[in-house]
Amino acid sequence: MLKISKYVIYDILRSKVLIAYTLFLFAVSFALFSLETDGAKSMVSLLSIVLIIVPLISVVFTTTYFYNAYEFIELLVAQPLSRNTILLGEFFGVAISMTAAFLIGIGIPVLIYSPNATGGVLLLSGVVLTLSFISIAFFASVAMRDKAKGIGMSLLLWFYFAVIYDAIVLGILFSFSDYPLDKAVIALASLNPIDMARIMVLMKLDISALMGFTGAVYKHFFGSSFGLLYTIAVMLVWIILPLIVSVRIFKKKNL
Amino acid sequence: MIRTENLEKHFGKLHVLKGVNTSFSGGEVVSVIGPNGSGKTTLIKSILGMVVADKGKIYFDNKDVANDFSYRHHIGYMPQIGRYPENMKMGQLFSMMKDLRKSSSTLDEELMNEFQLKTMFDKPMRTLSGGTTQKVSAALAFLFNPKVLILDEPTAGLDPLASEILKAKILKAKSEGKLVIVTSHIMSEVEEMADKIMYLFEGNIYFYKTITELKTETGEEKLGKAIAKIMTQQAHA
Repeated sequence: MLKISKYVIYDILRSKVLIAYTLFLFAVSFALFSLETDGAKSMVSLLSIVLIIVPLISVVFTTTYFYNAYEFIELLVAQPLSRNTILLGEFFGVAISMTAAFLIGIGIPVLIYSPNATGGVLLLSGVVLTLSFISIAFFASVAMRDKAKGIGMSLLLWFYFAVIYDAIVLGILFSFSDYPLDKAVIALASLNPIDMARIMVLMKLDISALMGFTGAVYKHFFGSSFGLLYTIAVMLVWIILPLIVSVRIFKKKNL
Repeated sequence: MIRTENLEKHFGKLHVLKGVNTSFSGGEVVSVIGPNGSGKTTLIKSILGMVVADKGKIYFDNKDVANDFSYRHHIGYMPQIGRYPENMKMGQLFSMMKDLRKSSSTLDEELMNEFQLKTMFDKPMRTLSGGTTQKVSAALAFLFNPKVLILDEPTAGLDPLASEILKAKILKAKSEGKLVIVTSHIMSEVEEMADKIMYLFEGNIYFYKTITELKTETGEEKLGKAIAKIMTQQAHA
């Protein structure tokens, strides 16, 4: 499996898209840190990059990579390798390269300007988001045979989690505001990896004014250490679940 | 060596294989022929595990191959159109395949040498012509000395010299007791190489006979004519 990942990483490094992504993250985070004197403020701006741009690039890059590597996958399937090994090898190859790009691009500036717990949580949530959106993109690419449909589905899923979902949650909160919603709201947040990542970082930032309607309710629950464990567990599910589904589909896929 | 039982496959509404029962054994060259879209490639890909059949079973050396992949150690496959990672150089492709297959058997580099592929090892795969890509596919199929070779239209796109080299290699593999399954549309070539002919038509095996049987049954000297005669007889019947 790791052998396949090795060749995937070679191939990704040769395409230079990933290097451009690393440089982009690096430039943006350096700019944000040098423009603001208040570290917490730059952290909040950086957070929106991590929550919106990182998942977007992760899905687009993964889906395009998968369809471009179709020939390679076809070649591997006729070899004495199990389908699980092939798909997981591909996944880890993409995951390792994307995580490395993120950690270099955002990790280094954060370590220089804001080497504290908040910075650590931001990096952790960025890594977890990268991994879960790669996993979601794998699901879309394996499920769709057609390249355009696959990329379309990936983008739609990203748009749903990044934009539409919050609108739905907000709608629910407004229409049922006469009822106690604490538990329902926690459940709703768990259904979106971006929300989970946002909560994780905002808890550390301690700026309740910026947390908005969705955030305010969580303080009590997610502020506790149990809350943190819960967050991490849910985020892991968001990495593993789409991956398991992709492996299942890939096993029955005709190449 | 390979046996299929009631193999069925649908692609959406299209019923591609309609219960194929057959068996192949070592030391022979079997030619699978049939019109375009008759299920030849699907049958081959099912045996390779690239296409998962809806129903039916495939046995390799009497072992069911469902959920197993180790049997593919014994198969060399040459696809109809070989598609390889574009950025990879030819030499890297060969070393990667050696690395991934971890084969214990001795490597058979005869085709690689005869096609003089080593001189092109630092060329990226995307720059190769169709014929050269076919040569790479053929060399890869034979490289690990497998006991079964599955070749999908092997000589299409090869120059006359290269196809002669490949045909000689196929006959040599047969004499070593290997099973070679070939699909082809060129009757003269089939006649040259094959011992048995399997005719697929709309997902069924129309006939599966040796060449001598075919010729004596129809009383024709030429294979192409013999097959045409059978087809017209059955169409009238």
